Amino acid sequence: MTPARASTIPGMSLGRGLRHPSLCIGAVLTLALVVMALLSLVWTPWPPDGIDIPHRLLSPGAHHWLGTDQFGRDVLSMVMAGAQTSLMVGVLAVAIGIGLGVLLGASAAALGGICEEALMRLTDFTFAFPAILTAIMLAAIIGPGTLTVVFAIGIFNVPVFARLTRGAAKAVWARDYILAARAAGKGRFAITIEHVLPNIMAPILVQGTIQFATAILAEAALSYLGLGTMPPQPSWGRMLFEAQTFLFTAPRLAVFPGVAIALAVLGLNLLGDGLRDLADPRLRRRR
Amino acid sequence: MGLYLLKRLGGLLATLVAASIVIFLALEVLPGDAAEMQLGQNATPAQVLALRTELRLNRPAVERYLVWIGGMARGDFGQSYSYEVPVSGLIEQRLQVTIPLAFLAMALTILLALPAGIFAADHHGRPSDVAVSGLTQLGLAIPNFWLAILLVLLFAVALHLFPSGGFPGWNHGLWPGLRALLLPAVSLAAVQAAILTRITRSAVLEVLGEDFVRTARAKGLSRPATLWRHVLRNALISVVTIMGLQFAYLVAGTIVIENVFYLPGLGRLVFQAIANRDLVVVKNAVLLLAAMVMVINFIVDLLYAVIDPRLRISRP
Repeated sequence: MTPARASTIPGMSLGRGLRHPSLCIGAVLTLALVVMALLSLVWTPWPPDGIDIPHRLLSPGAHHWLGTDQFGRDVLSMVMAGAQTSLMVGVLAVAIGIGLGVLLGASAAALGGICEEALMRLTDFTFAFPAILTAIMLAAIIGPGTLTVVFAIGIFNVPVFARLTRGAAKAVWARDYILAARAAGKGRFAITIEHVLPNIMAPILVQGTIQFATAILAEAALSYLGLGTMPPQPSWGRMLFEAQTFLFTAPRLAVFPGVAIALAVLGLNLLGDGLRDLADPRLRRRR
Repeated sequence: MGLYLLKRLGGLLATLVAASIVIFLALEVLPGDAAEMQLGQNATPAQVLALRTELRLNRPAVERYLVWIGGMARGDFGQSYSYEVPVSGLIEQRLQVTIPLAFLAMALTILLALPAGIFAADHHGRPSDVAVSGLTQLGLAIPNFWLAILLVLLFAVALHLFPSGGFPGWNHGLWPGLRALLLPAVSLAAVQAAILTRITRSAVLEVLGEDFVRTARAKGLSRPATLWRHVLRNALISVVTIMGLQFAYLVAGTIVIENVFYLPGLGRLVFQAIANRDLVVVKNAVLLLAAMVMVINFIVDLLYAVIDPRLRISRP
């Protein structure tokens, strides 16, 4: 018998995690993203916005490991600083999604009836609006910028988490111990806080990782279109947009930011998949 | 079936009306004076006044909304401010690029994903299955516009096999048009094919575990016959669901991809209209894109009922 641990995700332990390849690769890649973003706050090989026209479009070498762009800026430094933007957009967009989505979903499951029905219709409606359309409308109203992107992706994340929370919470509400809690005179709010939320953390965490990856992709796409992050703030998507002008002369400029995006998204997706397998081992056979 | 159809149709209309109200509020009511916003800061008061009259901004919002929707119902989408032509003609012309592009991408998605997913499920746990899973993870992680840039680098810059962008129009024959749309369609399809492969694989695996599959095998049906006759039809329900959602994403994805390849489609139109602050075009094109997504979802709902008769009655 192992001692029962309160509020941990079932089956999640360090030993089992280490034996899971996709979880390990995902965790390492995600950690690398976070370390790169934090490191770039205090140190980059060159200033990411340091314009140096005489040394423009240099090939990778000893001084500039990944070369320089059309303004002579160091590509490695820009890629490192770009991680800040991706991380920030991901964290904020997922925070908006989890904050509002869990609130709405848990309320719908706790209250039921007309509230629940109204919420589900609302999420249906939001789903019909792809994030990119929301971002375009927001950009038309408040202008392009990182905050536009955060709002657009955040709004899109709300129904994702609302549906997930409602479904998972309803399953918990049907359990015997909830009946016992209600018989003991606990209110709906107290039951939601004490019993429902701790039991649905696992799927929300898993979905959070996946939505984080989606947010990074969406930020890159919107910044590529010029609707997102604006210069001088570095952004991987923006770098790809600028690189497209130099496809014939310096094609490598279009490679590095893309690799950074792909590795970050791959890491988060693998981490999410691994966490899901750990949280629900029954799924593992099928995947 | 009649009642089911009626209910779904009512839901579709309600969502469309709600979407048009949201778009109207967002683009015409929230920004304050749409005429000032459209003309920018350098406009003279006389210009602003003229545009305000043209856009009927001095009329109540409800009336303007009804005029917009009423005009739309008659095929009159208003006049574009920056192109100085009717929006309906502009949109019709742009759809000739976007709709073939979306269908071509969807066709490529299905052609890639269904065989790959069924193959992986059939070889479950073997190295080939792991290889397919690895490829799908890669497909999910690569941004479609980056893949587009890489495809241009390889097939246009290095090999000169395909044009790097632009669209010759359909009046030069089918092949030049298709050639211009092929790389964009592949970039759109890669991500969606990765998603659909995963869904197909897990759907087939799930059905393979059902009792009726064991029964079919036990009565002497061969493995391929079981797969084609019993497993696929049952696995198709979840696959079709995702396919519908994917088509919606493809329509939205054309906005990005059309900009990479400078294709004169609806997505590029929306994008240029924002740059030109042409709100009449933005309003109509965004509603049209949203409507396309909703109609696709509606068709998927109907397809469910065709594939799975149980859903005709039990779905609320």
